[in-house]
Amino acid sequence: MWQALREELLPEGLEIVTVGLDTLGVEGCGGFILAANPQHPSLIDQHHVLAEKFGVINIPSSIWIDEQGLIVRPAETAPAPPRPSSGPTEMPAGTPPRFVDIMAEAAKIQSNPEAYHDALRDWVALGSESEFALSPDEVIARSRPRDADTARGHAHFELASHLEADGHHEAAIEHFRTAHRLVPDSWTFRRQAWSLETSIEGPLARFWQGPSTDDPERWPYEGDWLSDIRACGPENYNESWEP
Amino acid sequence: MLVTSLEIGRAEFESGTGWELKPEGACKGEVCIPLTETSGDTVDVASLAEQMGLPVVEDSTYGLWAIGPESIGARSLTTAEAPELCLPDMNGVEFRLSSLRGQKVLVYAWAPY
Repeated sequence: MWQALREELLPEGLEIVTVGLDTLGVEGCGGFILAANPQHPSLIDQHHVLAEKFGVINIPSSIWIDEQGLIVRPAETAPAPPRPSSGPTEMPAGTPPRFVDIMAEAAKIQSNPEAYHDALRDWVALGSESEFALSPDEVIARSRPRDADTARGHAHFELASHLEADGHHEAAIEHFRTAHRLVPDSWTFRRQAWSLETSIEGPLARFWQGPSTDDPERWPYEGDWLSDIRACGPENYNESWEP
Repeated sequence: MLVTSLEIGRAEFESGTGWELKPEGACKGEVCIPLTETSGDTVDVASLAEQMGLPVVEDSTYGLWAIGPESIGARSLTTAEAPELCLPDMNGVEFRLSSLRGQKVLVYAWAPY
């Protein structure tokens, strides 16, 4: 998706670095990276250091960094480059009702790719003169709020991710649950944990992210993708992009 | 950062937390937190974390501690200077974000779930 944009803007001085956040590491991200065959650095962030270091709470997100290594826009929603609409997607017959509902909610998620990508091109062309390059004080002020509880939640998430990667799934769940309670605005912390539960078999298992139809009582988390997005409203899933 | 002991090497603490231990205290960008003692090759994680306001969370079953990030300033960024990011690609080859100094960079976070 970003390859064409990268080819356009690399000669103008912009490099793109993609970072896949997944406790499953290469096992989770590798297939997608192989399929995309990116020419830019494509990294794997197994334990979500982007959350701790940059305040990433949702995907897709981006951070803009200038030639001197100064952040000029902190983590914010980064819509994929705009492309012609292909119209509504027909779900194949036999799609489980939960996926039909998930796709319906996902279709209502709002983003503003035109404004975002216009701003990106403006910054690449004008650098610090661009109105979209924020001052250091504004960058800090716009980065995610973090209090002592949030910081503690990050530590629980890190423990959970390492325990999961080491095969201690039940132990990980407890720390994921605490992280979710302490960092309630992080969609990635929740989606990561939900995606590690196997409520169904097959290639779509990681997108189910909720109780199984057969045994809903086994679901170990307070929320799930469909309940949480309905509770917050899909129009609020992405924070609106602020120039 | 994850540790299996509360006494760790100074360099490990610095690279893991992003805070550099200097005579004037623990520093990141232009921000410094004064500390009582910063000399020596090893650091007492519990003491340092308390002085810096970093949470330390233990999983006693597996003998692990996670040192969480700072919350001074009440924001996830304490400075606009980009932190070092050192992560592997899918072949395990480590890449440093700082190797791109001199270029503009867009860091794009995605997930396969």
